[in-house]
Amino acid sequence: MSAKLNALNSDSYIDVSQYRDQHFKGNRYEQEKLLKQSNTLYVGNLSFYTTEEQVHELFSKSGDVKRIVIGLDKVKKTACGFCFVEYYVRSGAENAMRFINGTRLDDRIIRTDWDAGFKEGRQYGRGKSGGQVRDEYRQDYDPARGGYGKLAQQHRPTEARNTF
Amino acid sequence: MSRRRHSDENDGGQAHKRRRTSEPIEIEDRLESLICRVGEKSTSSLESNLEGLAGVLEADLPNYKNKILRILCAVARLLPEKLTVYTTLVGLLNARNYNFGGEFVEAMIRQLKETLKNNLYNEAVYLVRFLSDLVNCHVIAAPSMVAMFENFVSVTQEEDVPQVRSDWFVYVVLSCLPWVGKELYEKKDVEMDRLLSQIEGYLKGRVKTHVPMLQVWTAEKPHPQEEYLDCLWAQIQKLKKDRWQERHILRPYIAFDSVLCEALQHNLPPFTPPGHMPDAQYPMPRVVFRMFDYTDAPEGPVMPGSHSVERFVIEENLHCIIQTHWKERKTCAAQLLSYPGKNKIPLNYHIVEVIFGELFQLPSPPHIDVMYTTLLIELCKLQPGSLPQVLAQATEMLYMRLDTMNTTCIDRLINWFSHHLSNFQFRWSWDDWSDCLAVDLDKPKPKFVKEVLEKCMRLSYHQRIVDIVPPTFSALIPAEPIFVYKYADESSSSLPGYPVSITVGNAIKNRASNEEILTILKEVPNPNQEDDDDEGESFNPLKIDVFLQTLLHLAAKSFSHSFSALGKFHEILKNLTDTDEGKLHILKVVYEAWKNHPQMIAVLVDKMVRTQVVDCAAVANWLFSQDMAHEFTRLFIWEILHSTIRKMDKHVQKIQQELEEAKDKLEKQQHKRRDSGDDEDMDKASEDEEGQLEEQIERLQEKVESAQSEQKNLFLVIFQRFIMLLTEHLVRCETGSVDISTPWYKNCIERLQQIFLMHHVTIQQYMGTLENLLFTAELDHHILAVYQQFCALQL
Repeated sequence: MSAKLNALNSDSYIDVSQYRDQHFKGNRYEQEKLLKQSNTLYVGNLSFYTTEEQVHELFSKSGDVKRIVIGLDKVKKTACGFCFVEYYVRSGAENAMRFINGTRLDDRIIRTDWDAGFKEGRQYGRGKSGGQVRDEYRQDYDPARGGYGKLAQQHRPTEARNTF
Repeated sequence: MSRRRHSDENDGGQAHKRRRTSEPIEIEDRLESLICRVGEKSTSSLESNLEGLAGVLEADLPNYKNKILRILCAVARLLPEKLTVYTTLVGLLNARNYNFGGEFVEAMIRQLKETLKNNLYNEAVYLVRFLSDLVNCHVIAAPSMVAMFENFVSVTQEEDVPQVRSDWFVYVVLSCLPWVGKELYEKKDVEMDRLLSQIEGYLKGRVKTHVPMLQVWTAEKPHPQEEYLDCLWAQIQKLKKDRWQERHILRPYIAFDSVLCEALQHNLPPFTPPGHMPDAQYPMPRVVFRMFDYTDAPEGPVMPGSHSVERFVIEENLHCIIQTHWKERKTCAAQLLSYPGKNKIPLNYHIVEVIFGELFQLPSPPHIDVMYTTLLIELCKLQPGSLPQVLAQATEMLYMRLDTMNTTCIDRLINWFSHHLSNFQFRWSWDDWSDCLAVDLDKPKPKFVKEVLEKCMRLSYHQRIVDIVPPTFSALIPAEPIFVYKYADESSSSLPGYPVSITVGNAIKNRASNEEILTILKEVPNPNQEDDDDEGESFNPLKIDVFLQTLLHLAAKSFSHSFSALGKFHEILKNLTDTDEGKLHILKVVYEAWKNHPQMIAVLVDKMVRTQVVDCAAVANWLFSQDMAHEFTRLFIWEILHSTIRKMDKHVQKIQQELEEAKDKLEKQQHKRRDSGDDEDMDKASEDEEGQLEEQIERLQEKVESAQSEQKNLFLVIFQRFIMLLTEHLVRCETGSVDISTPWYKNCIERLQQIFLMHHVTIQQYMGTLENLLFTAELDHHILAVYQQFCALQL
């Protein structure tokens, strides 16, 4: 009797995305399995100035937060615009994917995605300069993420100092 | 319904993978899709789509009859907002194939029995409504529908059943009448009149003690918060007076009247309502939320009156749309905004009212709070020229009525508004609310603004808040969230703990061991003791103070730093908080150090409970202590208390689950032994395992009992404290001949209500103890009333 119609069961906001961590120790199948059971989210497009407290306040709205790990520049050891949020239960993460993903934190639209689970070392940016890869190559000017992209900064030494 | 693909926009959602499987499954998928999507935006008219679909399904009946039956039954249950679309479809099928119509009706009755058995009362309403609309489609004969309604209403004659049971059966009948009242009255007016008269008699005799506990506002003006059955009754009365003329519901079957009236009808089999079972969970009563009326929409179509049946149908349909699509906010917003018949009503106002109605629903919203915030943001995106204005108007109205708004609802309003603002650069015309500056800060309006600003700060930072409000609002700006270090510098050198604080601080920085630190702490004088005391092992508040202040100061940089500190020195903390006084004092020290940063206090208390440095009862005692009396009405206090109760609850549930799992394991093991035959060695090994499991079960059983005892004790502590505080206040007011209704009193009594409402499932287990020990007849009637209202919720 309890007919569950596929057409009516759409919950696309919690679907696993196409992203796979290239540094993941294990095969694609194992990674996907972990993603589908995970309680941990990756959060991207944060401002460098966004604090753990702000992340905690926002992400607590979808469930009890177990732990937050702020992403760091590998060289400077300062925040570089991403973090991991781990919930006690998966439903907290699911509701974050449904209702917090794509909304604003610190005036920026943030993006959440499933993560296979935090491991020591994953809190560091993987870009050549120490921050995130995306900040290596981007051409735009983003004052909350260090100004111009790293590559672009090398070509504009004077303009880069006009950050405020 | 649509499988919307949320592709590029970076805010989630992913296209479904198509299954490339064998033919029958593909055809079934196709049938599902065709049926679920009928009625959506299309280049053809709804009528021609229905006609076409009826033809397709008729052709598929020989091979896929059961599947089609299953799908149609499911959409009847799960897509109530498209009720008349599907009843029309069933009507067309019945006209083409009488047997199929009969089988469908039978399947629906079976499904109705199942849903009732499984306590799915809301879905059961939709099923009955579907059946009743099938009368309009000439599938079901009117007299048999009336007979079903008569059986439902006869439940009101049952004795010794909860009121919520008979309430439900009456509600079902009344809520079908907007759809089928006209037809039933034309065929069986005498019986219907008798039915309505029976209902009227029942409604007059209902107990309504529960209503005040569920109302969002205590004031009757401008919109009375009516009990849901009273409101529906008034709406049906008005409909009857209007001779059952109802013009809002979309009725596609009218276009097919010539075809449908040729069809043969079926009789519903006699349906006896299932008897009352002790574990039945009937829906709780509710109050109809109204915040708008025809004076509020400035131009355009007029809002139907509060007792018009149109209002009922619109609200029902909007609630159903949210129920169907809440997990997918873009789809949900789009579906709400494309409501059929939207041009004849001020749709934005209805949507905002329904959403706030759900957000403020007591005991709790149907869905998680944050969903409503995000849904409103999506709606603003889709209607940027009109919806934000309605939302602003609504916010203004809610602000103006804060004085009589239920405290729990104010909490939710604070959380919604601050989160909403954080998505719109905190832009708000604060000056419009400068009236709140002219009254005492403990009054609802300035209190609301203060709490909102505090929440806004948590989502941003202190200077941001200073920048966004006019300078006149400075008294309402939250404190800068900085640590208060008692032993900061030379000026505190006269404090008795100062010298050790330096030593301990250095020891921690130099990574001394726990033993070394405990030794250092032995040097802290104990203000509680005589000079000639023993080993110095008993409760020493100064020791706790020195250690924790210093530790938290060193770890003040972030949450992670503080958590790490608590984890590293867990052993020392457990040692210091061995006694109840120790536990209470550690909470006091945390508060003193972080009183400017309530968010930090909350997360530290949470960690300490989870790591068992303090227990739940200690937290409750601390929050109700004299030291915290000046903070008693602040939101963070209640957030900590409710979070603590929830942790206790989850702890009990976890152990209960472990016990269940162990019992299952034992059962499986016993089956295995029985089935495995006569192998002696196997037998012995099995017996051993069973023995181990039985031991484990015994241990877990003890653990469960102990946890439940702790849980019961927690509620006793909380309720006792409430009773003490409230009684004190009431007695003081009485002797001084002063009005009891101070802002503090309103807050306190509504917080007591909130404990009952937010944890009603758990509290139900302990009703006996509560009634015998605490909520006795000797209690002041103001306090007892809260308990009685709570009991009335599941009468």
